[in-house]
Amino acid sequence: MRTVVEGDAVYYGTGSGVPADDAPAIVFVHGAGFDHSVWVMPARYFARHGYRVVALDLPGHGRSEGAPRTSIESMASWVADLLDTLNIEKAAVVGHSMGSLVVMTLAAQHHERVQSLALLGTSAPMRVTNLLLDAASDNHHAAIDMANSWSHSVGGTRGTSETPGMSILNGGERLLERAADGVFHADLAACNEFSAQNLAAIAAPALVIAGDADKMTPSKAGLAVAEQLLDVRTCMLPGCGHAMLSEQPNAVLDALAAFILNEPDR
Amino acid sequence: MSDAPHRSPKKTGFDTLALHAGQIPDPTTGARATPIYQSAAFVFPDSDYAAGLFNIERAGHVYSRLSNPTNAVLEERMAALDHGVGAIATASGQAAMHLAVATLLGAGDHIVASQSLYGGTHNLLEYTLPRFGIETTFVDPRDMDAFKAAIQPETKLIFGEILGNPGLEVLDVPRLADVAHGAGLPLLVDATFSTPYLCKPIEHGADLVMHSATKFLSGHGVVIGGVIVDGGTFDWEASGKFATLSEPYSGFHDLVFAEEFGPHAFITRARKEGIRDFGACMAPMTAFQILQGLETLPLRMAKHVSNTQVVVEYLAEQALVESISYPGLTSHPDFELAQSLLPKGAGAVFSFELTGGREAGRAFIEHLELFSHLANVGDAKSLVIHPASTTHHRMDEQSLRAAGIGAGLIRLSVGLEDSADLIDDLKLGLRGVQKLIGKR
Repeated sequence: MRTVVEGDAVYYGTGSGVPADDAPAIVFVHGAGFDHSVWVMPARYFARHGYRVVALDLPGHGRSEGAPRTSIESMASWVADLLDTLNIEKAAVVGHSMGSLVVMTLAAQHHERVQSLALLGTSAPMRVTNLLLDAASDNHHAAIDMANSWSHSVGGTRGTSETPGMSILNGGERLLERAADGVFHADLAACNEFSAQNLAAIAAPALVIAGDADKMTPSKAGLAVAEQLLDVRTCMLPGCGHAMLSEQPNAVLDALAAFILNEPDR
Repeated sequence: MSDAPHRSPKKTGFDTLALHAGQIPDPTTGARATPIYQSAAFVFPDSDYAAGLFNIERAGHVYSRLSNPTNAVLEERMAALDHGVGAIATASGQAAMHLAVATLLGAGDHIVASQSLYGGTHNLLEYTLPRFGIETTFVDPRDMDAFKAAIQPETKLIFGEILGNPGLEVLDVPRLADVAHGAGLPLLVDATFSTPYLCKPIEHGADLVMHSATKFLSGHGVVIGGVIVDGGTFDWEASGKFATLSEPYSGFHDLVFAEEFGPHAFITRARKEGIRDFGACMAPMTAFQILQGLETLPLRMAKHVSNTQVVVEYLAEQALVESISYPGLTSHPDFELAQSLLPKGAGAVFSFELTGGREAGRAFIEHLELFSHLANVGDAKSLVIHPASTTHHRMDEQSLRAAGIGAGLIRLSVGLEDSADLIDDLKLGLRGVQKLIGKR
C-alpha cells in the first residue's frame, strides 16, 4: 500500500491482508539498509489473524521515497506521523535491530501510540564499529559483507534454511545490495549515535527476542535492555544469529504470536 | 563503490560449501550424512500451523512435490555454490529450463536464445514452446548485436549456454547481461558444462542459472535431475514486463511476489506455482545421490579439466585430426574469454574433426575400448559420441554442415581415468581410422 508521509510517497506491506475497520494494528520496523520484505512471514501471519498490518519501508528504503532519516528520534517521529496518516491510534510495534531502537523510542516518546512492543536483536546503545561505518560511508561492498557475515550464526552461514532451498546468507547480501547509496551508512550512523532512552518510562508490555549466537547485538545486550523495562518477557533463541527473521523464522513467529495474540487489550 | 582499502570478512570457501552448505548433522539422530526423507507428506502440529505453512507465514515442508528436506539440502547447497538466493531441484535439466520459462513467460511472449544449444533445449524452444504460444529467435552466441536486434516488445528472456553445443562457444555473460538488462530483461544461463566450480554466471551478471544435475554435478551418471538457481539480482518490478511477479496472483490470494519477497520473488513464485502446478519435482533419493557427487565436485572438476588438457594436447598433434574445438586452446576463437570467465578450465567436453568423414568417425568409435559410446556427458567415466552416425544420423552432409557438425566430428566427455590410459584408448581409435583410410 502507498500513502504520503511528511511529503514523501511511502510504502508499507500489509501481509496480503484485508483488515476489518476495527482491526487491531501491528507495525513492523526493519533494520539498517533493509525493507519491509524481511517481515514477510509474520506480516502474513498477523494479517490472517485479523490484524491491520503495517510493514513499513522507512524513508529512502525499499519502495518509500524521501531522504533516509539520520537519527533514531526522527525515524520514530516519522513512524508516529505514518500512524497519524493511517488513522491508527495505537498499535503493537515490532522492530528488528535498528528497528528495535525506533520502536523503543516511539514507546518512550509517544507512549500513547504503543499497545505493546517487541524488540528483536536489540541493544541500547547500539555502537557500530568504525570499520563498518567507514566502508558504508564509501558505499563499499565490504560494508555489506561485514554486516551480513556478522549477522549470521555458523548455522545461518552454512545451513540449513528453514525455508526450503534458500541461501540465507546470500539473501541477506542481495537485500542490502538493493539499498541506494548512502542509505546503509545513514542507518548505521543513526544506530551508532543513538542515546538510550529512559526505558524505565516505557509502561507498555514488552518482549525482547535475543539470539545466543548474535554477534551484532549480543544476547547479553538484549537482556540488559530487558532488565530496564517494567513489563517484559524475554525469549532466547539457541544457536540464532542477528538475522533471526531468516535464520529462525518459526521460533520468532511463535514468540511474537504468543506475546501479541495473548495481550488482553488487543 | 570507492577504491578505499576496506576489507570484507573471509567467506567460506567453495570446497567447504560443496561439503557442508545446506546441512548440519541431523539434530535428532546425529546422522552426519544427509538423511533421505523418503516421505510424500509431512505432519502438521495443528491446523493453524498448517494454515501458516500454506499461507507462507511459516517455513517448512508440506508435500514432497513442493519441497522435501533432502531436496532442500541440495537446493541450498547449489544456491550457496552459485551465489544465488535460492534454488529448486527439478526432475531433469529440461524441467529446470521449463520451470524458468513457465514462471516468467506465457502465450504471446518471446525468447532470444543462442543458436548453439543442447538438442533437447533446442527442441523445447524451436518446436514445443510455440505450441503454447512462446516463440524463440535463435542468434549466433558471439554476436551481441544479433541478440540486441532480436529483442522484441514481447521478449521476456535472454538465454544461452555457458559453453555452446557443439562448437563450445564461450558465452560472453557480462556483455550479454548488459544487453539483457539494457532492455529490462533477465539473462538465464545454462551452466551444465561448467558447474559453479569453473564459473558462477551470477557473479558475471546472469540473473538465473540452470543445470542438468545429471552431468558433472552428480558425476556418477546414475540419476536424472536439474536445478534452477535464482540470483536474486533482477528487479522484476522496475522492468515492468513481468506480471507474474509484479501483479497480484489470483492463484495465491492476490499475492504480489516481488512486493512481498523482494530478492526471493522469482524462486518463491517458481515453487509456489511452477513446481506446485507442473509438478516436475525431484525424488529425494535422487537429491541424495546428487549430493554425494556434489561433495567431491571440486576434486572431480579439477581432474576433469586436467585430463582434458592432456587429451586435447595429444589430439592436437595427430595428423588424422583436422581440427579441435576447445576453448582451452589458444586456437579457439574464445580462448581469451574462456581465460577470463573460466580461469580454472574450459570444461571437459569438446569436439574434434577426423579426416575421412562419416566412415572415419564410425571406425574411430568402434575401435575404442575405454571410452563409452553413449549419449551423455559429465560422467566420471569418459564418454564418446559420433553425432553423424547417432544423434544426427538422418542428416545428409549438407544439413550437418549447416548445423555446424562435420561428418567426422567426434565429441568427447573426458572422465577421471588415468590420462595415460585415455591416450592409449584414443590411439586405438586413431589406428582404426588409419586402417580405414589405408584401405581406400
